[in-house]
Amino acid sequence: MTIDLKTVKHISKLARISLEEKKAEKLADDMNSIFEFIEKLNELSTENVEPLTSIAETTLRFREDKITSDNIREKILKNSPEKNDDFFVVPKVVE
Amino acid sequence: MTEITSLSLFELIKNIKEKKISSNEATKSFVDRSQKSKKLNAYLTENFENCLKLSKEFDNKPNFDLKLPGIPIAVKDLFCTNEVRTTAGSNILNNFVPSYESTVTQNIWNEGGILLGKLNCDEFAMGSSNETSFFGNVQNPIAKDLVPGGSSGGSSAALAANLTPVTIGTDTGGSIRQPASFTGTVGLKPTYGSCSRYGIVAFASSLDQAGPMSKDVKDCSILLEVISSFDKKDSTSIDFKRNNYSSELNRNIKGIKIGIPKEYRVDGMPDEIENLWKKGIEYAKDCGAEIIDISLPHTSYALPTYYIVAPAEASSNLARYDGVKYGLRSSGESLIDMYEKTRSEGFGEEVKRRIMIGTYVLSSGYYDAYYLKAQKVRQLIKQDFDQAYNKVDAILTPSTPSSAFKIGEKSNDPVSMYLNDIFTVPVNLAGLPGISIPAGTDKNNYPLGLQIIGKPFDEQTVLNIAYSMEERINYKNNITDWWME
Repeated sequence: MTIDLKTVKHISKLARISLEEKKAEKLADDMNSIFEFIEKLNELSTENVEPLTSIAETTLRFREDKITSDNIREKILKNSPEKNDDFFVVPKVVE
Repeated sequence: MTEITSLSLFELIKNIKEKKISSNEATKSFVDRSQKSKKLNAYLTENFENCLKLSKEFDNKPNFDLKLPGIPIAVKDLFCTNEVRTTAGSNILNNFVPSYESTVTQNIWNEGGILLGKLNCDEFAMGSSNETSFFGNVQNPIAKDLVPGGSSGGSSAALAANLTPVTIGTDTGGSIRQPASFTGTVGLKPTYGSCSRYGIVAFASSLDQAGPMSKDVKDCSILLEVISSFDKKDSTSIDFKRNNYSSELNRNIKGIKIGIPKEYRVDGMPDEIENLWKKGIEYAKDCGAEIIDISLPHTSYALPTYYIVAPAEASSNLARYDGVKYGLRSSGESLIDMYEKTRSEGFGEEVKRRIMIGTYVLSSGYYDAYYLKAQKVRQLIKQDFDQAYNKVDAILTPSTPSSAFKIGEKSNDPVSMYLNDIFTVPVNLAGLPGISIPAGTDKNNYPLGLQIIGKPFDEQTVLNIAYSMEERINYKNNITDWWME
């Protein structure tokens, strides 16, 4: 199987990463060599194998539905690239 | 007297407790040496002034009951540190200042440790040579223009160069053990769930673990004891009875069964590595261990599995970097345009490559063929270890398939770079504890490491075997301070 330029561009759209034409070509080459290496898994029959999703065999714990953190709104907003008093600011979404 | 910076953590603690050295004196020594070592490019953020100040405060009101009394410690820049810049080696987090502290670092400060600085690493811990860092590669103190390993390359370099008495790294596929092996130091990846992931910049959540890096095994046990804890803030943290790793450390491994997996004899493995392994087997026998041949039949499938699971989880974890709430923002005409430009400019090549692979294997129509398939093979790899542990207590392998390579040597070929982790990746996939200890050198006199893999939650046995073999091996790093200004 090969990953063509069109697929690379589609994936970059899904991943929200803009890509120059030249870089897309290089990326297609890299991805093809990596997938060639990954295809080895097809040698194995895994029909009756349960997938391993988590190595920590615990069920998720419940906690009381209570606020435990302090009010750190200002601290959090301090890191935002653009803010307006109490809000994060983004480019206009609605006309 | 030996220089303060070349003391082991254990010796340093002893001297501080006996009031032969003050915390401030020790801190000054490490700060001074770090300032003369800029050529290594080990630090991303220095916390020297504040560290000196806090060490004075410690000396004014010392508490010698703590496990790390007034000890300055530099940490990998993947741990969020309250009010201290945390970059994960990425441009996208260049100006990020967390408002909270990771549990692992908090555990260190609670026991008297003081933050010395933040250490360079591969971008988002994706790399095996520290060359993917936005802030430039790190020099290995062993020799000029040699990589220090990765992703915890700043940590291994700073440790080997005596810029910090001990340090912590994170290990997703070998990022503690491989750099330890490349720098002649000790690095332990604990059992998945031992050390909290809270406040660690996430890469692949089902594989990431924090762990200690140190000059010797005893120091490793001291630091593990401090950082390993059950934490409600990490949903995969496991509440098990933790040993007092340092006080229970001993060299009596008589009768312990150590397995030698035949599948780790990979094609094209250099003779030097094969010979090191053979020597390691003899050392283990000398220490009283019983050697048993075992089979881990799915070993060769571990790397392909890893390169599906890790990028898939990474692509999901890194979706949060959107230029809205923190980090870099590039300007764009629309919201989507802003996202795409921010992520294109903010992430480096390797990170983009992995996000793309991850997005692809999770995309509609390919999920079953790749991601689900990889999770099934991961089960088979784990079962290999489960079965081996019916016969043995631990497993001995080389840590890496080669010694440290030159900067630039492998950076253009992702697959050859990925092969570095061939012996370490299966341990992450199965969630097991593994340690790398220095065990010899290659023809260039570069260090080589041996890896001891244990049963889940059995860090004590892993440490005891390492402690016993360390004495037998008696490895000494030969570092000339060539970089010092």
